[in-house]
Amino acid sequence: MIHFVVHEEGDSVGTIVVEGVTSGTTLSGWIMEQDRMTEIKTRSDIPIGHKVALQALDVGATVIKYGVDIGKVVAPIAAGEHLHVQNVKTKRW
Amino acid sequence: MISKETTFLGYRRENGRVGVRNHVIILPVDDISNAASEAVANNIKGAMALPHPYGRLQFGADLDLHFRTLIGTGSNPNVAAVVVIGIEPAWTKLVADGIAKTGKPVQSFSIARNGDHETIMKASKAARELVQFASEKQREECPISELWVSTKCGESDTTSGCGANPTVGNAFDKLYGVGATLVFGETSELTGGEHLVAARCATPDVKEDFMKMFNSYQDMINRHKTSDLSDSQPTKGNIAGGLTTIEEKALGNIQKIGKKCKVDGVLDYAETPTAPGLWFMQSSSAAAEMVTLCAAAGYVVHFFPTGQGNIVGNPILPVIKICANPRTVRTMSEHIDVDTSGLLQREMNMDGAGDQLLECMLRTANGRLTAAEALGHREFVLTRLYESA
Repeated sequence: MIHFVVHEEGDSVGTIVVEGVTSGTTLSGWIMEQDRMTEIKTRSDIPIGHKVALQALDVGATVIKYGVDIGKVVAPIAAGEHLHVQNVKTKRW
Repeated sequence: MISKETTFLGYRRENGRVGVRNHVIILPVDDISNAASEAVANNIKGAMALPHPYGRLQFGADLDLHFRTLIGTGSNPNVAAVVVIGIEPAWTKLVADGIAKTGKPVQSFSIARNGDHETIMKASKAARELVQFASEKQREECPISELWVSTKCGESDTTSGCGANPTVGNAFDKLYGVGATLVFGETSELTGGEHLVAARCATPDVKEDFMKMFNSYQDMINRHKTSDLSDSQPTKGNIAGGLTTIEEKALGNIQKIGKKCKVDGVLDYAETPTAPGLWFMQSSSAAAEMVTLCAAAGYVVHFFPTGQGNIVGNPILPVIKICANPRTVRTMSEHIDVDTSGLLQREMNMDGAGDQLLECMLRTANGRLTAAEALGHREFVLTRLYESA
């Protein structure tokens, strides 16, 4: 069972692809570009389609997905935590 | 799945273009002609009215776009014949003459000094003849290179970027290879990935034209914005589906243009391309507006990947829904034509997913109704550039 997918090695986030992920669970992930498996232990309940941080990120850090900048961190994020609008904002507009 | 020898069964129109549907449409020029148009469509079985809320006191580029969209819709090869109804004779004739350039039968009626009753009677007689004319049209075998395919995604979530959108990208790469005519757009939804699209432009001129259009859209947003748009782009639905920023949404969006095809040219809103290849069209990212513009530009099949489950359709353009979110496929199955949720569990690969979409495309082109068609989704939404005078 694949619980989350990562677009490519070096991305800061994985995307949860199953329903009902709870805090404290070790998830298995698939890094699509390199076709390799990885793991992360969650620190939040995370809905399907939402992102898990694969590394700790400080305020001001850039979040990388698809190997590209997708926004800036506005509240500290621990590895395994739910990364979304409460802690990341756009750099545009 | 497809090669240059692949064929589909289409309707060859008077101007040589090939359609995959055989509609007779009753096209109002303006809002106040909707009632008569709908009355005619009620009278004549097989005729379809395309009501819309605009067409009065528009001017300049906004009026040009109004006419281009109506004429383009009537000219689309998915349409066999057209009845145009408007309040005033001059604009009614302008729209009818524009469509008649394709060589297809067009009849037009103006309501001024006739009233609804007289107009509905005359237009119903014309529509009856046109429906009978269209009913004798036969499908014939046509090469896949004559298929025009558009794409736009909606109610996207993170599964769009890793499942449904790259499925479209895989199919687009293959269609590009056999000489099809393709289009993508959604200008604001390239924000954060515009450099990636620019890098895919076939020539420096195309790149310059693309960046000009992209920047003009950014200028429009900057002029009107009251926030960072985090309540509308990404949408509430996108955010509920896990998308956090416009940049993330854009990078998922761009997966639809695959890995191999080049951007061969750029089009203004509803403009018809002049050669095969992949085109970028200036357009809103709102689903019904963008799909309406694709139909007006002459596209005959549409790929619509979704994550959270957008249910949009179009009156004349069959919209094929592709989804990789297992929850959406389960809870909204009647809207989904191609289920690629197996991608996220490595149960299928991207090549197989692209082929599955192409198979659905060929069946749709040959006449199979899409989910949106069967459910009666006929969203016809005209893009406005600014206020009426």
